[in-house]
Amino acid sequence: MNILISAAALLILILLVIVGIEAAGLEYFFGVFIPYMAVVIFLSGIIFKLIGWARSPVPFRIPTIAGQQKSLGWIKSSKLDSPATILGVVGRMVLEVLLFRSLFRNTKYETKPGQKLVYGSAKFLWIAALIFHWSFLIIILRHLRYISEPIPSLVPLLQNLDGFFQVGVPELFITNILIVVSLAFLFMRRTADPKNRYLSLTADYFPLLLILAIAITGIMMRYFTKVDIAGIKTFAMGLVSFKPVVPESINVIFYIHLFLVSSLLVYFSFSKLLHMVGVFLSPTRNLSNNNRSVRHVNPWDKPVRIHTYEEYEDEFRDKMKAAGLPLEKE
Amino acid sequence: MSDKKPTPEELFSTIDYKASEKDWSKPHIKFKVGTYNHSGVPKNVEYLELPNARKWQPSDDDWQLPDNWKEIIIDGIKERLDKFRSLKIFMDICVRCGACSDKCHFFIGSGDPKNMPVVRAELLRSIYRNDFTTAGKILGRIAGARELTLDVLKEWFYYFYQCTQCRRCSLFCPYGIDTAEITILVRELLNLVGVNIDWVITPVANSFRTGNHLGIQPHGFADSIEFAVDELEELTGVKVEAPINRKGAEVLFVSPSADYFGTPHYYTLLGYLALFHEVGLDYTWSTFASEGGNFGSFVSHDLMKSLNMKIYAEAKRLGVKWIIGGECGHMWRVLHQYMDTINGPADFLEVPVSPITGTKFDFAKSTKMIHICEFTADLIKNNKIKLDKSRNDHWKITFHDSCNPARAMGLIDEPRFIINSTCNNFYEMPENTIKEQTFCCGSGAGLGTEENLEMRLRGGLPRANAVNFVHEKHGVNLLACICAIDKATLPPLMEYWVPGVEVAGVHEFVGNALIMKGENERKVDLRGEPIGEPEPELEEKQ
Ligand code: SF4
Ligand code: SF4
Repeated sequence: MNILISAAALLILILLVIVGIEAAGLEYFFGVFIPYMAVVIFLSGIIFKLIGWARSPVPFRIPTIAGQQKSLGWIKSSKLDSPATILGVVGRMVLEVLLFRSLFRNTKYETKPGQKLVYGSAKFLWIAALIFHWSFLIIILRHLRYISEPIPSLVPLLQNLDGFFQVGVPELFITNILIVVSLAFLFMRRTADPKNRYLSLTADYFPLLLILAIAITGIMMRYFTKVDIAGIKTFAMGLVSFKPVVPESINVIFYIHLFLVSSLLVYFSFSKLLHMVGVFLSPTRNLSNNNRSVRHVNPWDKPVRIHTYEEYEDEFRDKMKAAGLPLEKE
Repeated sequence: MSDKKPTPEELFSTIDYKASEKDWSKPHIKFKVGTYNHSGVPKNVEYLELPNARKWQPSDDDWQLPDNWKEIIIDGIKERLDKFRSLKIFMDICVRCGACSDKCHFFIGSGDPKNMPVVRAELLRSIYRNDFTTAGKILGRIAGARELTLDVLKEWFYYFYQCTQCRRCSLFCPYGIDTAEITILVRELLNLVGVNIDWVITPVANSFRTGNHLGIQPHGFADSIEFAVDELEELTGVKVEAPINRKGAEVLFVSPSADYFGTPHYYTLLGYLALFHEVGLDYTWSTFASEGGNFGSFVSHDLMKSLNMKIYAEAKRLGVKWIIGGECGHMWRVLHQYMDTINGPADFLEVPVSPITGTKFDFAKSTKMIHICEFTADLIKNNKIKLDKSRNDHWKITFHDSCNPARAMGLIDEPRFIINSTCNNFYEMPENTIKEQTFCCGSGAGLGTEENLEMRLRGGLPRANAVNFVHEKHGVNLLACICAIDKATLPPLMEYWVPGVEVAGVHEFVGNALIMKGENERKVDLRGEPIGEPEPELEEKQ
């Protein structure tokens, strides 16, 4: 059901463009208006969300600790997994964001005959997630060549690395294959395992399919349907310099690609994709384990109902006296 | 548990990971006997001035909620979103990657897909989407939103009282999403409309009034400490001092109350008493702060604060310089991660310095409170106590990291160092089940009741299974731990899944191994069992 809804939503998006371009001639609408709008919604959505998150304070310092604390000098503490300093926290966050360290820890368990549970490492999710995210990033960076003049030197470098194997004309980018394969895997693992199928929502399938469609349209343009690259560059440069022009020569598949990217941007801040930003603010990861040496202040701290020693002694004075316990008031 | 207790084989065979139910959004809770807790006693709900005190049980159809209960809950969510960034972030960024899904002991032991941490959180998240997000408001079900209904509330009660706030899920989550945090907040919400369990409400009321969760009054406290002193004298020939409410002592000692009232906690208490005497620590117990464990922390930040306040207040009244805390799990979550914030700054105390070794415990320079294992490890390292390891030779020991000392503090090597210094036979359980990856006892956070026994046995399965591994491989016959809930709930767990394994606190080994000045020759350990031979009782069982 969830998968069907996601696929249908995607199909509708694609049909919208085809009809819009082929039948209604809405090139300007899909080529200029929508992308601008999408970028505005994307940026303002993130800013809005960030402000919303930042508005709520962090009342308590609650890092999840994953290693030995810094205590007695002769016990070796774990600087990254139980960071006692800002530097440690930065290290922990960097590893988390760039290498998905917590996911690396993933295990899976199996039941064995004789009522046994056995745990083993499970790295597939970690590998697929890593491949997907890094490929996506590299692909986005490669796209800089369409929107910058002169092209930043990073781009050809990435292209050379990415096309390292130098197969095919135009040469095959490794990331193009990797992103499709990893997305397919991430999709499959949701459907293949009953646990994952149970917990997956429409909002989990949809972005996978959307990004997959973006990748596939991109690949089609590069390797199969010939598109007018020069025209697209002119068009893209026009967009980024706020002097939009819509060349005649652009194929509809480009509009589909662009529209899906725009959809992704719009979708971003209304969805779980916010994890890209939110991970930086997670209080179980971005705080240090120095709780007992540096006081953390709760800005909304308020008094609560308490039972004082005086009240306690008043209630139990006779019994305390009989037991020979010292008293404040005889 | 219902009529007949299922055998371990039977219970194990009922675990099914197929998630046969397809859609979790439509709640239908069957309150099966043995898998949930009784409601809070009205008298104690009233005593704590919590809302909607009444006679009711979770299995009732009508929960007798206030008419505007939905409004109360939704307003409660709003208030908490504004107060806790954690909640906002955790509601927004879960990608349902499922990395946490099989990390929860309750899922492993029950196979109930709603015990996957991600789905547990979704139970709240779906309501959050419905009432607080644009996508949820517009797209409803498609966006994973659902409306708050009585069935949803019942489901919250059921599943948020099947979470022990152990934070194992948070360790594996790529964003650190902490279901324990969500559980505390949902329990706060439930409390707003008078939905709670007795094994939280009554201990909290007791702690509030008498200073400890068992409701032991000051003279009772004094009696049991005195009794322990006599018992220790009988066992060792040494008469120790155990001052209570003594002003001007250097150190206040606070331990979980089960230490002086429960078994096997009691042997740990004997260990503390022997150790403090032997090193001549100038310390005092307190009847007012006679509980380190904080049952308030299981249900609300406010109740946590109002119970925890006693420790600093008493330290101030007695004029001590710093504080040592005993072996306890959730207690140390509060002491380490919350106390300074909620009831500090403790500027009337001094940075702890061991009067015996001179070690300055700088890492506690703000809270002024250290863990007994830190204190003892420092003593041992500096050769300040004499130990005879062979007195623990009748034990083959493994160590269960209690969730909170491991994942909230990182107190991992200290207890191991103590065990290795006091015992000859120590074996670790498999690595995915210890240290930061430790499995919960399955009975923490207020769930350790008789009526909830089936769920506890299920939740404790992963822990028990790992113990069984070392039991079979190395003949381990003792499970060591540093938590009062563990000491209370691991024995029945072991009896069920791994018969032949006893449970003990780390300071019991210290007490056994400690060579005290003027002691008699020790023929028995602190349990009164002969030293140096395997326990006869155990042999019978095997
Ligand atoms: S591991 Fe974290 S992000 Fe993944 S499903 Fe669990 S809570 Fe969500
Ligand atoms: S905190 Fe522990 S008990 Fe609660 S959901 Fe996470 S793993 Fe399960």
